[in-house]
Amino acid sequence: MDYFNYPLDTKTLYRKKAKVRRELSAQSSMLKKKIAVLGGSTTNELVEQLNIFLLYYGIDAEFYQSEYGQYWQDAMFGSKGLDQFAPDIIYVHTSWRNIDVFPEINDTMDDVDAMLESEYGKFRAMWEKLEEKFHCPVIQNNFDRPNYRLMGNRDIWDYRGRSNYVSRLNQKFYEYAQNNHNFYINDLEYISQDYGLSEWNHSLYWHMYKCAMCMDAIPYVAQSVANIVKSIYGKNKKALVLDLDNTLWGGIVGDDGIEGIKIGMEVSKGQVFTEFQSYCKKLKDIGVILAIDSKNEMANALAGLNHPDGVLKPDDFVDIKANWNPKDQNLKEIADELTLGVDSFVFVDDNPAEREIVSAQLPGVAVPLMDTAENYIRVLDHSGYFEVTSLSAEDIKKTDMYHAKAKASKAEATFADYGEYLDSLRMTAYIDDFKPVYIQRIAQLTNKSNQFNLTTLRCTEDDIKIMQKSSDYVCLCGRLTDKFADNGLVTVVIVQKAEDTFHIRLWLMSCRVLKRGMEDTMMNALVEEAQRYSVSKIIGYYYPTVKNSMVKDFYGMMGFVKVKEDEDKNSEWELDISHYDPKKPHMQIYNCRV
Amino acid sequence: MSKEEVLSKVNEIFTDAFDREDLVIGFETTASDVEGWDSLMQMNLIEMIEDEFGMRFDMDEVVGMENVGSMIDIIILRGL
Repeated sequence: MDYFNYPLDTKTLYRKKAKVRRELSAQSSMLKKKIAVLGGSTTNELVEQLNIFLLYYGIDAEFYQSEYGQYWQDAMFGSKGLDQFAPDIIYVHTSWRNIDVFPEINDTMDDVDAMLESEYGKFRAMWEKLEEKFHCPVIQNNFDRPNYRLMGNRDIWDYRGRSNYVSRLNQKFYEYAQNNHNFYINDLEYISQDYGLSEWNHSLYWHMYKCAMCMDAIPYVAQSVANIVKSIYGKNKKALVLDLDNTLWGGIVGDDGIEGIKIGMEVSKGQVFTEFQSYCKKLKDIGVILAIDSKNEMANALAGLNHPDGVLKPDDFVDIKANWNPKDQNLKEIADELTLGVDSFVFVDDNPAEREIVSAQLPGVAVPLMDTAENYIRVLDHSGYFEVTSLSAEDIKKTDMYHAKAKASKAEATFADYGEYLDSLRMTAYIDDFKPVYIQRIAQLTNKSNQFNLTTLRCTEDDIKIMQKSSDYVCLCGRLTDKFADNGLVTVVIVQKAEDTFHIRLWLMSCRVLKRGMEDTMMNALVEEAQRYSVSKIIGYYYPTVKNSMVKDFYGMMGFVKVKEDEDKNSEWELDISHYDPKKPHMQIYNCRV
Repeated sequence: MSKEEVLSKVNEIFTDAFDREDLVIGFETTASDVEGWDSLMQMNLIEMIEDEFGMRFDMDEVVGMENVGSMIDIIILRGL
């Protein structure tokens, strides 16, 4: 599937489209989503490309396309087709060709300001209408640069220039994006410039096919939209596993010695690696987990990472594997220690043989083509592995948390029994309602958690808000701190009330806090709620997926009795709360709800 | 390249584009002879042919194409 890696192999993506789609459609357990594409130009080819990019990311999308150019009418006045389709995501594919009026050379600044307000108003009204009607994420293109600059260079700064006008309109879109977090900009401006603006704007494609860009650029647009979609649904990569020699510095530390490796501002080759290290460090700052997988002696690896001119230090990595084991084996161990699937990993190594073995042994790991150091940043940055659609406080602290987890699992070894170890963690749990500040994180958890997730119910922020407000639901969430770190919000339980019964519609927990007893705390809290509402029975459901087998007997262990199971192994469990034996978790508990 | 050689390459492109292994085209083949050859498919075919032969058709050429043969004539005319 190399044609999905940067730079895209657009020739194959067109020629072998049908075959590629067939192969990708054969994957198991795909996320099914409905995407409405509202276009201001022809969207058919874009949709076909978007379809295969999403399949590549494990998302099997069904599409609605507005009639040619009807994006605004569909949104504002409704269309039966769109209403019945009930989209999960709406993508508005517009370009500079869809701007109604451009400034003329005789216009005053006031004229142009009014024009700008009116053009922006048209879009804002549409977004508000879509939000009111569909409550779903909206992805909106910003505007690419128009095909000519009437005044040459002046066009970009003079208020009458089309280039200037487009740039101001884009700023207004960004302000809206700042203030509406279910709204995402697809950066068409960047894509077109990165592609090459003259070729992008080749007018034959507009005049013959009403296509907003040249055909060869369409897969890049599709990739960009697919990156946003997969990020919204929690299918981003989470960790970057790096080699050391000739990846993070030039040369081989074991052979060349610490003085011999190239890093730092002295020589140009050293600068290239310094810049790459600082790029990786910035990735860490937005929540990407870093780890090392290197064929080296540990002492040499650490010496290299402690190089005074290096940007990355040993503490920036949650794990450093420097040994002579096969790299796929190391990577698998890192994944297990962090309780992440290997499909959450990107592996970066300058050596094609190592890349080959990792991609052959661990399908699902992304292995970009890192051929030469000066291209490392470009390749990673164009791949969209870590597309950011939401940035929570938890993301920013992630390395600290995984560090704490790694420390905790090392500490574990020295205690007489597990309870003693748990006591030593000095944990505190906070049980709470779905307060507004938690909504974003809760939605994120429902989309990201796969392993400790009983029903794998995916929810948008709007879904969460609806349940939080409804008197038919009891919604609990829990935060856990320990002596190493604040783990943040880690567990969510949603219960539907029906007469004297609680139905557990969702129970999930972040794998960060596995085996801490947090689930016991939540169970106690749930039973207290049941007593408060004079409910006598709690029913739990387990729906198996390829990833959640760790909780298949969860309700059994909590004291429930299995009452039903169908041929797909979906099971139903019942708890008579008069028989409930409260758990004794090793932590202090604050119920913030009362 | 001879007309027949170009035709055989173009035929391969058609098999991929229509995802039909058994598709055989000739110089006289037109859009109405092949199921699914609509304006969208036309856009795709042109793009694939341009990619394959490393050339571009201009707008008059695209509009003026009567059948596969006239498309191949243009490719040959470009000295490919």
